[in-house]
Amino acid sequence: MKTKWQPAVSFEMLLARARLLEKLRKFMNKHGILEVETPILVDAAVSDPHIESFETALQYPGGRHIRKHFLHTSPEYAMKRLLASGSGPIYQICRVFRDNEIGKYHNPEFTMLEWYRPEYDHHQLMDELDELLQVLNFKPAQKKTYAEVFKEKTDLDPHTTALVELQKTATDYGYTAQGDERSVLLDFIFSHCVCDHLGHECPHMIYDFPVVQSALARIRHSDPPVAERFELFIHGLEIANGFHELCDAGEQKKRFVQDNLQREKSGKPEVFIDEKFIEALKYGLPPCAGVAVGVDRLLMAMHHCTDIREVIAFPVDRA
Amino acid sequence: MGTFSTNEFKAGLKVMLDNDPCAILTNEYVKPGKGQAFNRVKLRNLKTGRVIERTFKSGDTLDAADVIDLEVQYLYNDGELWYFMNQENYEQYMAGEKAMEDTAQWIKGEELCTMTLWNGAPLTVSPPNFVVLEISDTDPGIRGDTATGGSKPAKLETGAVVKVPLFVEKGEKIRIDTRTGAYMSRA
Repeated sequence: MKTKWQPAVSFEMLLARARLLEKLRKFMNKHGILEVETPILVDAAVSDPHIESFETALQYPGGRHIRKHFLHTSPEYAMKRLLASGSGPIYQICRVFRDNEIGKYHNPEFTMLEWYRPEYDHHQLMDELDELLQVLNFKPAQKKTYAEVFKEKTDLDPHTTALVELQKTATDYGYTAQGDERSVLLDFIFSHCVCDHLGHECPHMIYDFPVVQSALARIRHSDPPVAERFELFIHGLEIANGFHELCDAGEQKKRFVQDNLQREKSGKPEVFIDEKFIEALKYGLPPCAGVAVGVDRLLMAMHHCTDIREVIAFPVDRA
Repeated sequence: MGTFSTNEFKAGLKVMLDNDPCAILTNEYVKPGKGQAFNRVKLRNLKTGRVIERTFKSGDTLDAADVIDLEVQYLYNDGELWYFMNQENYEQYMAGEKAMEDTAQWIKGEELCTMTLWNGAPLTVSPPNFVVLEISDTDPGIRGDTATGGSKPAKLETGAVVKVPLFVEKGEKIRIDTRTGAYMSRA
């Protein structure tokens, strides 16, 4: 077999990527958001039960102390520590790493733009993201709630529909597994029946998620209660995920414990809770909103690509 | 026979689904950024030929199906069963009506066919992509008319009925694409 040493993309794509990064930085700069860098090599893995970290070992000179370390899957914890220490609005453009994710829309390492806005809620941050998209020549985005688009496509209310009914709908759409919890069934139905329809005429911002999908978002105790989380979709593809951030250290710790319980259930390794992050929350994370944008997917959306390998010079099979 | 996990699913892999042997056609990895990973898989049911789409939770498994493809030569039909021979070891196989459903009408003898065995028994037989057969009956041709695009039905020596151009005559041999049943040319 011939060694594939050449880049997988054209020079035009390299140029498009460089221009995009330039525009992102310019936008952030203009909006008074400070560029920061945080460690890629970290000592606590992400707890999210659906995300797997690459594990490595840190060796101190002399070879005596070896400590387990990980490649970060997102700069979130460290950036929140900066926010807690009073940084003000910050952004970062960095590589993040997620094991066991390879496909048309997934490369195990990818570029993320993540930014945080103290005093913003998720609506204000969606508006700022919309402004950024328009600078990149996208049409003005349309906001819709998760429940609204879910109902449009399935006639089901994601907040109140009983588990058995969700299971039945999932099975009807060809889902083979049984006995899953609510969150997994919602993931299946949303990704198979709803996503494809989003973001075709204009970008769609989907907000106010079911509480079982709150991740690191705060929960608003309305009727029904919702997670103040949003996702951006363009051409049916998820491009960004944002939160009105959870600032409560106690609640955050509870979610870590829950994550670990779920990891145990699905046979994944337990992760140590990042105490530095919890301590920062205890000290006080200012009320804020944050969003992570997949830069590779944004490039895909800008150039109507259908495979992430069309925008990465050396995707994993050539890395 | 063992099992395969979703990350081993690739085109051509033979697996058991709902008690039927299936061949995987495509396998797409689907994962929400903050959610469960899935594999959206297209499979062909090897018994019915139907294409189905199913979604598995990533990491789930399916049993392997004991399915192999053999190249065999068609020998004869005794009115009930069709007889084939594996040319490598001269082993004979008998296929019933069900396995021959779409194939019987294209073969008369000596053709090399692809036989799919499931648990050692013939599941389906595919004819060669192209066959040459004699026309046993058709309306008289319009001699010299090779320009107008009309067609007429023609019955072949195997009993199959295909559409042929108007100029083709009874007794002539023609070439057929068995995948579409279309007339290709005079042979």
